[in-house]
Amino acid sequence: MTRRTDDAADLAADRSHVFSRKDLLDIESITEDDVRLVLDTAESMREINQRSIKKVPTLRGKLVANLFFESSTRTRFSFEIAERRLSADSIAFTAAASSVTKGETLLDTAKNLMAMSPDAIVLRHSRSGAPHLLARELPCAVINAGDGTHEHPTQALLDALTIRRAKGRLAGLKVAICGDIANSRVARSNVGLLGKMGAAVTLCGPKTLLPAEIERTGAIVVTRMEEALEDADVVMILRVQKERGGGIGFPSDREYYDIFGLTPVRRKLAKKDAIVMHPGPMNRGVEIDSAVADGPDSVILDQVENGVAVRMAVLYLLIGASGDDE
Amino acid sequence: MSDAPVLIRGGRVVDPSRRLDQTLDVLLRDGVVAKVDERIPPPKGCEVVDAAGLVVAPGFVDLHTHLREPGYEYKETIASGTQAAAAGGFTTVCAMANTDPVADDAPTVSFVVRRARETGVVRVLPVGAVSKGLKGVELAEIGSMKAEGIVALSDDGKPVADAGLLRRALEYASMFDLPVVVHEEDPALVRGGVMNEGWVSTRLGLAGWPAAAEATMVARDVQIAALAGARLHVAHVSTRESLDAIRNARRKGVSVSCEATPHHLTLTDEEVARSGYDTRFKMNPPLRSEADRQALVAALADGTIDCVATDHAPHHADEKALEFADAPFGVTGLETALPVLVDALLAPKHLSLMRLVEVLSMAPARLFGLPYGTLADGAPGDVVLFSTTRSTAVTPDGFLSKSRNSPWIARTLKGRVERTFVGGAEVWSKAGGLAAPRS
Repeated sequence: MTRRTDDAADLAADRSHVFSRKDLLDIESITEDDVRLVLDTAESMREINQRSIKKVPTLRGKLVANLFFESSTRTRFSFEIAERRLSADSIAFTAAASSVTKGETLLDTAKNLMAMSPDAIVLRHSRSGAPHLLARELPCAVINAGDGTHEHPTQALLDALTIRRAKGRLAGLKVAICGDIANSRVARSNVGLLGKMGAAVTLCGPKTLLPAEIERTGAIVVTRMEEALEDADVVMILRVQKERGGGIGFPSDREYYDIFGLTPVRRKLAKKDAIVMHPGPMNRGVEIDSAVADGPDSVILDQVENGVAVRMAVLYLLIGASGDDE
Repeated sequence: MSDAPVLIRGGRVVDPSRRLDQTLDVLLRDGVVAKVDERIPPPKGCEVVDAAGLVVAPGFVDLHTHLREPGYEYKETIASGTQAAAAGGFTTVCAMANTDPVADDAPTVSFVVRRARETGVVRVLPVGAVSKGLKGVELAEIGSMKAEGIVALSDDGKPVADAGLLRRALEYASMFDLPVVVHEEDPALVRGGVMNEGWVSTRLGLAGWPAAAEATMVARDVQIAALAGARLHVAHVSTRESLDAIRNARRKGVSVSCEATPHHLTLTDEEVARSGYDTRFKMNPPLRSEADRQALVAALADGTIDCVATDHAPHHADEKALEFADAPFGVTGLETALPVLVDALLAPKHLSLMRLVEVLSMAPARLFGLPYGTLADGAPGDVVLFSTTRSTAVTPDGFLSKSRNSPWIARTLKGRVERTFVGGAEVWSKAGGLAAPRS
């Protein structure tokens, strides 16, 4: 081993808190300490990502299967890069359609894969709860890379890392999450995580795109952008998910932009030093104006960068700590 | 009948038809209840059954059973479904029409009747479809199905969305004195929903199905029943507001009755979260909120809900081992109904023993005009013996149903069915299992 990999191996070895779970299925079931551990580990991973040789042997000999039943660019690439940087072997399974229309069930696909002894399965699926089904049936680690309209835990973790790096903390921040809340797994994971860490979340969107009893998350729920944005430290804009039926919640893209779009004028309602986030892919000119998306407050590309570090941390914490060579 | 007489001795006889609750003997002879009295001397050649410590009640009547035959024999057959019924203390089950082919004409109904006679171990009474193919467009052949023995009409599994069709069905059915059983869901409000809409569906990211989708249809249909001057029976009521609509209609003299299932009376939508999207908690209508559940329990006790019906809906394990949104709706219920109700309603005193027996036997029998659900002299010899103190451990291998999509697997419930008699002969016992078929 090189000296550098010793550093990498030391990363989490010092931590008193061990990530003692088999899977990462949702934010709802993890603790505040778990979140901190992932974020702190991700900081160390970021350091690896800045080296000229961005690779450590931490997960050498581990096999990660990426099962993407729903299209994804960012998340899939991000996981694949994370796996490669940690020297894991990885295989990709991509299916355009849901398992049902393909003839083979999700469980059968996963069991077949299991026969090849992966250490972790990264699952993206259009059905809420699909990773829970696999986690119950399979002995390997299951990482939820987005399930239907339920959760996208690694997205919330990378968003938290991005916010923490920009603002130095999470507790006490005012975060406005705006857009198609009903269809957004990103919103659910972020509300859960930010709430756990002591941030004050305001959710804003058309009433037709706010799910039932969402105020029970503890978030403030409003339908006027002006209210949501006032004094916000962080503005997170969500994509209108037309493929999940978000489009029937409002009459036209133009009207949506007029009422809910983050325009340069509305941006000014938030704090002067507020950051602007978007999980991507963006509908420019619908939920966000390009001038804001590409503007000086935008951390949208930092989110992508941090995604790799967070996924490295999650993989490491779930399957790296129990290696044979330790 | 050639069966030997049976003397059921020393049990606590609970017969709601006579408000009887007393330690007595029951003599079954020639297929009927010959006598209920103190210390009946055993007639010659009779079989004596010791019922000390057990409740002796009229056999249970289920108005809402999916036996799946013809067409879905891999889920259940009339043979396996009636065996499950016997094990649950049910002596009569009403078989829903959503088979393949649909029971919407005389030949299909007659097939069910014949198969039940050949392979069934309890009484099977067919329910005919309201509309041809359950399509909700044209009336099914109600008169010819009546001639083959249907006891009610229902498009169960689907709502009768067309108000005009429901009106004609109610009017037409009233000529044959057939109740119309409605499955209440407004398709435009349900719109792909897979569980109750509320905090849990929001947390789980599952498409919600609002309570109002049921109550709005109930409110509509009681008006149509009033217009048609006919009898409406609302299947598996699941929400508070549906109960309000039913109470309201009754106050105005509308002839409307309703049933509730053991699962809606005892479980809530929190189970879907607690179980991690387990499809054994996916049914139609969906499990509702705790407030709804409590309203159902109160309504069962006060008589707003007339009876319990299982909505026994078997599905193959392969079909249920899917993502929550993709798995079919439905849970089995025949074999667990009694212990579920004893455990969750009788033991904590939400329901009296008399009322418990009534809602499982006499009340459903009267709703469909059946001669069962009573231990009156000369009544059909359909009897169940059960314990309110012994427990039932629900295990995947313990079912006689072909399917095991039960929400109560791995639970131990107070209450246990001990013996079931149909037409004066034992068909099942806890100790001996199914009785050998009578020739």
